[in-house]
Amino acid sequence: MTDRHVVVVGAGPAGLAAAETALAAGARVTLIDAGDRPGGQYHRMLPEAYDAARPEVLHHGWRAFDRRRRRVLAHPRCSWWSDTSVWALERPDPERPGPPRVHVLRGPADAGGRRRTTLDPDALVLAVGAHDRVLPFPGWELPGVFTAGAAQALAKGERVVVGDRVVVAGTGPFLLPVAASLLEAGSRVLEVLEANSPGTVARGWSRRPWQLAAQAAKGGELAEYSALLLRHRVPYRTGRTVVEARGDGRVEEVVTARLRADWSVALGSERTLAVDAACVTHGFSPQLELPVAAGCALRTGTGGEFVEVDSDQATTVPGVYAAGEITGVAGAPAARAEGALAGWLAAGGDREAATLRPLRRSRDQGRAFAARLARAHPIGAAWPGWLRPETVVCRCEDADYASLCRAAEAPQTASARVAKLETRAGLGPCQARICGPTVAELNARLSGAPAESAVEGLPAPAPHRRPIAQPIRLGDLAAPPEPHHP
Amino acid sequence: MSPRRVRAGSDAARRRDRPLRITVDGEPVDGIAGQTVAGVLLAAGRLAWRTGRSGAPRGVFCGIGVCFDCLVTVGEERDVRACRRRVRDGDVVTTQSRNAPGPDRDPDRRGKPGAPGAEER
Repeated sequence: MTDRHVVVVGAGPAGLAAAETALAAGARVTLIDAGDRPGGQYHRMLPEAYDAARPEVLHHGWRAFDRRRRRVLAHPRCSWWSDTSVWALERPDPERPGPPRVHVLRGPADAGGRRRTTLDPDALVLAVGAHDRVLPFPGWELPGVFTAGAAQALAKGERVVVGDRVVVAGTGPFLLPVAASLLEAGSRVLEVLEANSPGTVARGWSRRPWQLAAQAAKGGELAEYSALLLRHRVPYRTGRTVVEARGDGRVEEVVTARLRADWSVALGSERTLAVDAACVTHGFSPQLELPVAAGCALRTGTGGEFVEVDSDQATTVPGVYAAGEITGVAGAPAARAEGALAGWLAAGGDREAATLRPLRRSRDQGRAFAARLARAHPIGAAWPGWLRPETVVCRCEDADYASLCRAAEAPQTASARVAKLETRAGLGPCQARICGPTVAELNARLSGAPAESAVEGLPAPAPHRRPIAQPIRLGDLAAPPEPHHP
Repeated sequence: MSPRRVRAGSDAARRRDRPLRITVDGEPVDGIAGQTVAGVLLAAGRLAWRTGRSGAPRGVFCGIGVCFDCLVTVGEERDVRACRRRVRDGDVVTTQSRNAPGPDRDPDRRGKPGAPGAEER
């Protein structure tokens, strides 16, 4: 018994593994997830009400996941807090650094009258995952254009298919499972388009090919998807992408074009394709607001910003650990290894335990895999060539590219903060989760100032600083909280 | 030519449907227990239900609660993410708009409880 209380945020592959090893080390665990069932996005479960007799047909590694979730959720020292949103992390006294106070709301999504309470854990494991990054293109705001993740979540999570004639486009291996989910659910997938050139993809993947052997499970998964695409005669094309969506009130056709290695459009290569849905992904954005709120340092890696962790998955804040996609995008097996390490060590388990050796090894392999993934599927620098003046960049505020250009080119509005107020890009309900990286990149290019530079004595704007991490109704904020959980 | 639910009879996951009914802007819409509001709307052939600032139609984009494109009103509660809220039989759903006649603000938001910060910063 370590008698420690570990709070784990996120019940996907990383969070569930963290809860399991923290319990094994003797800790009390509170496992929190916004969803009503565990699994996260990778093992997104069907609703209980569906009473599915064969849920495993929709998943990879279902049996191991199912065993783990039952074991964890039924454990006497585990409290499973489903339908729970962490809306703020409050840092304690700066004199005594440690895990923050966790503010949660419990109840149906965005409902009023949710139960508000707080937790003061001895250690905190953040395993909140990532969401699709989608670059803007003309017409991407039309209904019927979905993120690839949305198409998969709907197909896997409630058996809704987004369309009959679908194109899946963007970059990364995630295109394949999404196409597979659509095919399984009865869609016709017209094309799968990988924007990067065959050369970029091959060079990224084939550096030190012996490292790939460690990812045999992932390789098997990809081979399975490829076979499925072949069986359904779905063309997989590289160096091509969707550069425009068109339609009257909804997507009716997309324009695809051949891209050079830097993602500039090869003129004359455009083709139109009649579709009723387009699914797009250009990689993943880690959900960094909770790590930033906890005070964790970030690192800039090949694929963007991630939480900095040491070889024990510890962040720069004592007692706060991070695992899964927020430390680097490497897929579910790597997330599980990181989660298992983080949970055990957060619970005060022995750092030298023999069981940690294979976990550390597969974590390291996962990190190598993440670096390889980022190199094989980068975002080409010339992508803004797709944009037109009237192209929406910030979906929430309908801020278009022309307004961003105007703000960035006038000296008095060029700094990121002023440009934001001028254009409203990033001020909408999603709190810049969707357009943030795009707006920062465009503003830096257009104004010639490096992104996030400090101006006029103000600190550099911090893109993931969202003191209110999830919406909370004013009435719930004003109502007295329930007693807190030590 | 629009989204749909995999038919229970041909669903490889072998699910059981328990029908339910909600109303959307007063019209009855059928779904099954366990679905999200977004899933019910999509499967009923509705691809868009919100109006953005510019008046353009919006529906589901991210599907996992990040983008806030799919907001609806459920009962008396505005600004509910349709992709994250499970329906209950008899739910009264109203579509909402951020159409602002003025330069900046949706007038029917005033005086209503809503999420702080999100649209008012």
